[in-house]
Amino acid sequence: MEKYLIVSAILFTIGTIGVLTRKNAIVIFMCIELMLNAVNLTFVAFSRYLGNLDGQVFVFFVMTVAAAEAAVGLALMIAFYNNRESIDADDVNLMKW
Amino acid sequence: METLFFLIITFVVLVSAILVTTCRNPINSALALIMTFFCLATYYVMLDAPFMAAVQVMVYAGAIMVLIVFTIMLLNIRVDAAKKHFHKVILGSILGFFTLVNTLFLLIKGQSAQPTGPYSGEIIKQIGHTELIGKEMFTNFLLPFEITSILLLVAIVGAVMLAKKKI
Repeated sequence: MEKYLIVSAILFTIGTIGVLTRKNAIVIFMCIELMLNAVNLTFVAFSRYLGNLDGQVFVFFVMTVAAAEAAVGLALMIAFYNNRESIDADDVNLMKW
Repeated sequence: METLFFLIITFVVLVSAILVTTCRNPINSALALIMTFFCLATYYVMLDAPFMAAVQVMVYAGAIMVLIVFTIMLLNIRVDAAKKHFHKVILGSILGFFTLVNTLFLLIKGQSAQPTGPYSGEIIKQIGHTELIGKEMFTNFLLPFEITSILLLVAIVGAVMLAKKKI
């Protein structure tokens, strides 16, 4: 039980460091997916330990939100690339141009 | 035997997670992320949740990663510039270290409730994981399940609107 939680914490930390240090918006997006998966692992581990399936149903909802986020986020990135010819997160510095 | 298998999977998942954050080329990051998803599916199998493992492989490694790889190739992103931002890396590492300490402290020292639910490993193996998940989702979680469909509809409309030529 504890070993899964430790792995999940380390994965979450790696995802956090990736979000904070990278510039490429798509890599930041992938690191967010990594953090979501670390949380999913915690959900499943606790669900197994407590003998309760609610956590695994919540993993379902997290996956749905991740899929919706992927669709909208990547559409946003394509729109941004059409405007700016770049997807660096540092270039997103104007609300309207 | 199971501990050894767990250690091997943990090694692979940590190495591929580090590759996700450090690779210069986004395609390599995406491939490492797919490896991470497969390792997480293995963890789910070890935790007696085979249906979640199947969904993980199909939805994450199948659908979402195809979208991401498709976008990377469509935009034809060049490899990250060689210039480094050390202050950014140092600051990010410090914050990440504190996140790690915090989460580990919470997870290890936190008091957890005793096992209360009726679904122990034997019952899951006896009845079947998929059936139990389906029963749970269509009785106790019916309303959230329906709301999820509205979320997906909103995502579809949003993606179509954003992908238009003029926004």
